[in-house]
Amino acid sequence: MADSNGQRVRFYQVGSFAAGNRLLDPEQRTVQARMDRSNTLTSGHRACQGCGEALGARYALDAAMRATDGKLIAANATGCLEVFSTPFPESSWQLPWIHSLFGNAPAVASGVAAALRAKGREDVRVIGQGGDGGTVDIGFGCLSGMFERGDDVLYVCYDNEAYMNTGVQRSGATPPAARTANTKPIGREHPGNQFGQGKDLPRIAMAHGIPYVATATVADLHDLERKVEAAMELHGPRYIHVFVPCPLGWGAAAADTIKLARLVVESGLFPVFEAAGGEVVGVSKIRHQVPVEDYLKPQRRYAHLFGDPPRTDVIERLQAIADANIARYGLLDGETA
Amino acid sequence: MLRQLEGSAAVAETVGLCRPEVVCAYPISPQTHIVEGLSDLVRAGRLGSCEYVTVESEFAALSVCIGASATGARTYTATASQGLLYMAEALYNASGLGLPIVMTVANRAIGAPINIWNDHSDAMSQRDCGWIQLYAEDNQEAADLHVQAFSLAERLSLPVMVCMDGFVLTHAYERVDLPTAEQVDAFLPPFEPRQVLDPADPVTIGAMVGPEAFAEVKYLAHAKQMQALDAIPEVAAEFERAFGRPSGGLVRGYRAEDAETIVIGLGSVLGTIEDTVDELREDGVKIGALAIKSFRPFPLEEVRAALAGAKRVVVLEKALAVGIGGIVSANVRMALSGIALHGYTVIAGLGGRPITRRSLRALFEQAIEDRLEPLTFLDLDRERVEAELERMASGGRSGPHAENILRESGIVGARSH
Repeated sequence: MADSNGQRVRFYQVGSFAAGNRLLDPEQRTVQARMDRSNTLTSGHRACQGCGEALGARYALDAAMRATDGKLIAANATGCLEVFSTPFPESSWQLPWIHSLFGNAPAVASGVAAALRAKGREDVRVIGQGGDGGTVDIGFGCLSGMFERGDDVLYVCYDNEAYMNTGVQRSGATPPAARTANTKPIGREHPGNQFGQGKDLPRIAMAHGIPYVATATVADLHDLERKVEAAMELHGPRYIHVFVPCPLGWGAAAADTIKLARLVVESGLFPVFEAAGGEVVGVSKIRHQVPVEDYLKPQRRYAHLFGDPPRTDVIERLQAIADANIARYGLLDGETA
Repeated sequence: MLRQLEGSAAVAETVGLCRPEVVCAYPISPQTHIVEGLSDLVRAGRLGSCEYVTVESEFAALSVCIGASATGARTYTATASQGLLYMAEALYNASGLGLPIVMTVANRAIGAPINIWNDHSDAMSQRDCGWIQLYAEDNQEAADLHVQAFSLAERLSLPVMVCMDGFVLTHAYERVDLPTAEQVDAFLPPFEPRQVLDPADPVTIGAMVGPEAFAEVKYLAHAKQMQALDAIPEVAAEFERAFGRPSGGLVRGYRAEDAETIVIGLGSVLGTIEDTVDELREDGVKIGALAIKSFRPFPLEEVRAALAGAKRVVVLEKALAVGIGGIVSANVRMALSGIALHGYTVIAGLGGRPITRRSLRALFEQAIEDRLEPLTFLDLDRERVEAELERMASGGRSGPHAENILRESGIVGARSH
């Protein structure tokens, strides 16, 4: 968007993003700002206050519904999203929705897509979704198979970095040093979760050479909507990895969900990018770089790093991870990916 | 049309005639020829718009079937042995959701020790997963049961397993009368799902259910299997009228009316049992056989009626409930409340060991004289078992059982080091 002098103007989403919306052309406004939004995950569900996953799922699915003219079927993995949305006889889902098992959502989605192809109903599109445990761990085989076969499914992972539904145990997506129920900081030699590669699923998805991979956070919901819409323009396997803070599991204030999702990006710990055919094609630059401490401090899962004395050695290693991300993806202005 | 063909090919052709819309399978011996045949049919364009999905595991195979069936597609898969166990979680899910998926189980042993040959350990291990389980005696029946299975599954909105003995049937070339497409179309109407994922009428499938309704949902699963006790003979009778040959049903007696001794079995072993019965009948022995064709639901009344006049029952099982013995016999026993007769459990044919007429004759002769142990392992090599037990008792690192026994057998190239 340009101002009257032809100068490029940048609009940044803030906490409420309301101002940002008003400044945009009506067509560019968020799906949630429209009267005709589908409310795919409608109100009344049992998610905790400040739940990042509920927010991410609502925006992702409403954007997908809008992109497909309401012709959408969802397959959901077991997990918080499934449990809080369907305590029958109540269901928050206003689209055809199936939950089968914890580890098979991508395969169930593949089956839905296969049936639609067989029936000549390719106007109806399919979305698979789950948390990080259901995606990077127990559902990983099915997800990789779905990618490899080229099935026409958009899979969305809502990553809150641990098994929250079972009581905050570590997953393959839990970051180093984080306290979980089974990575407690006990003794100096165990400062939370181990350091290691973890499972960087967006990159693993890219290695499958699928048409579209993107990351997003609930701090920039407009960006998430745009990515879902971009994904629905394409066919074949697509993957979106959404960073969704969990106040309960992280020991964070419910009001800080958006703030934490913004800080994780600004620190460089969670790179936001898009990839096509296995190559990065766009990154969201960091506007105001912050040290990782700013992101870590508001979360009790990292409280053991800020004791007396603080674990500066561990914090430095986390900063090194952020710096490596910044270098790898060119997250600062003047850098290229 | 009468053709000489492999059992797997007969099943593949027949499943093809049932117009599946989604076929999804993961390869495992001895199921492979069936799904290879279906892959060929799909690739040759003979199954219209049918989708054949190749997956990375049996767990994914059945999961794809769950998604496809819930979207209203007629859905088929096949597996065996370890593959069936790898599906276990999804098996319960498919039946719990009431999805009418049809699956062939090419019955095979379960390891360890790994073994690719036939017995019924796989299907028997999943007897309580909520699927209907039908057992084929020969390849004609294996083919016919698939047509019936789709009809039953869709009528009751329940998944159905058609069990056929691995290798013994799947890889045997026999004469099979394959139905025509017109015949099958007339018998099997297009699939009308009871529940379907449809944007025009959005439903939630697979919600969380707590103690307030869980028992009722499970009871319905049982009630539908009880309905299947009526539906299975109905479908079999309709099939016989349409195709001119009997197959399927709940049970089938053989020279059992006046029999004092009745031998119960499932699947292809019935042929050998019946030959042995004929031999003994020639000697004036009042012996007969009872084939259990539907193991789930279990036809308690029919079994009870068949055994009401007998003095003893020999249940020949191709599976073992370790720690107690028989699986089928435990079910048969439930049919016998108030009937006093001698009951014998015989574990036979494990891991593909041949069940010979000679062994059966000797076994039945012992039974007739009531000299059988309550639990017998047919043709068990006692000497080798005793030797291994002794080796274990000697303490220390006695080594793995299977490898020790193979080494002593001197077969398969196992050597002492």
